[in-house]
Amino acid sequence: MTAPAAAYGKALDLITRVRSVRGAMLVSAEDGIVVAEQLMEGIKGPAVSALAASLAARLQRAMEAAGVGASLFWHLQAEQGALLVVPTSGGTLVVAVAEPDVNVGLVRLELLRAAEVVG
Amino acid sequence: MPDEIKTLSSQLAQDPDSLVFLRLGELLRHKGQLDTAHRVALTGLERHPHLPDAHDLYARILADKHDYERAFDEWDMALRIAPDHVGALKGLAFLYFKIGDVQQAAAHLEAAQRVAPDDPGVAQALAMARGEGGGPADAEAVAGGGATEALTAPEPIAPAAQPLEEARVFAGLEGAQEGLLLLDASGRVLGGALKDSGGRDVTDAVAAYLAGVSQEAARTVKLLGLGKWTGLAAEGNHGHVHLAAPTSDALLLVVRDRAVPMGRLAVIAQRAALAARRWLEAHA
Repeated sequence: MTAPAAAYGKALDLITRVRSVRGAMLVSAEDGIVVAEQLMEGIKGPAVSALAASLAARLQRAMEAAGVGASLFWHLQAEQGALLVVPTSGGTLVVAVAEPDVNVGLVRLELLRAAEVVG
Repeated sequence: MPDEIKTLSSQLAQDPDSLVFLRLGELLRHKGQLDTAHRVALTGLERHPHLPDAHDLYARILADKHDYERAFDEWDMALRIAPDHVGALKGLAFLYFKIGDVQQAAAHLEAAQRVAPDDPGVAQALAMARGEGGGPADAEAVAGGGATEALTAPEPIAPAAQPLEEARVFAGLEGAQEGLLLLDASGRVLGGALKDSGGRDVTDAVAAYLAGVSQEAARTVKLLGLGKWTGLAAEGNHGHVHLAAPTSDALLLVVRDRAVPMGRLAVIAQRAALAARRWLEAHA
């Protein structure tokens, strides 16, 4: 069952309150469209969501082929930050954009909590 | 020597943080008491995890016990802490000789020679590796002479010990033929292999799905203004994966079951990326 739209804001709040998180989004895994977002200025939400969804799909297929099953959490690390993603059972990606010094374990927990809220 | 072992054991018992474990471990190793030496080295390493000599000692004991994979890890760790550690450079050269990778062995010996130009063992092994007397097997024995005396009997490098080029990319790394994969930008396999939990080879299927992932990851982080991507770690229901780009045109995949923590996986991936980069440079 999909959560009401009001729950989306609450789910994103869980993530953006973590220190060094620059923004969070809910993205449709199927078509890469932004469902809800709380992003700092300058982050191109629609473009990032499209690429995140595409990357998620490729990764998912590769992981299933490798026999490690469905993706529960992934973390794209870069020199100046990171993209952290949790896919939900309902076909949504919960996405966080973060600074390099972010507490990855904490963001992961909040993404998983948000994924439960979103469903 | 038994008296010295007794004295050092007593000193270590009185002061467990003392560095005498290095000398004690070495003496025990020389005496062939490998299990005791192993315990001494491991306890010392737990107390001094950032001491390169402790990793070097432990690696030599592991090599004497023919546990080459873990010996490789320990020498590799010693070099991460102290990039000029001659013992670790000689030890890795020895392991590369063992798998028939004379080029890598010579590179490590050259690095050792830059640090210790007067070390006759290094010079002799290097000369043999370059074909200036003796063969690689002799060089292996000489290189091992400084690091793993118990292995001085040269083992001939039989054809079976000379793996295929692609298998050698990850030589000495754990899971080289079941959980490590190196691809080019088009998803073609350059080295390594993957097997699923049932032992089925899934290399080609996974490679096909990963084609283009590197470029997509690069585009995503560029769009976010995050610089270059350095890794992609993912948790799955039954296992973990880690992706890295050893060069801009290659993609490395490491797969392990869920028992291996993500942090450990990142360390394995770093080592594999280093090996892949060297291999790609050598075969450019």
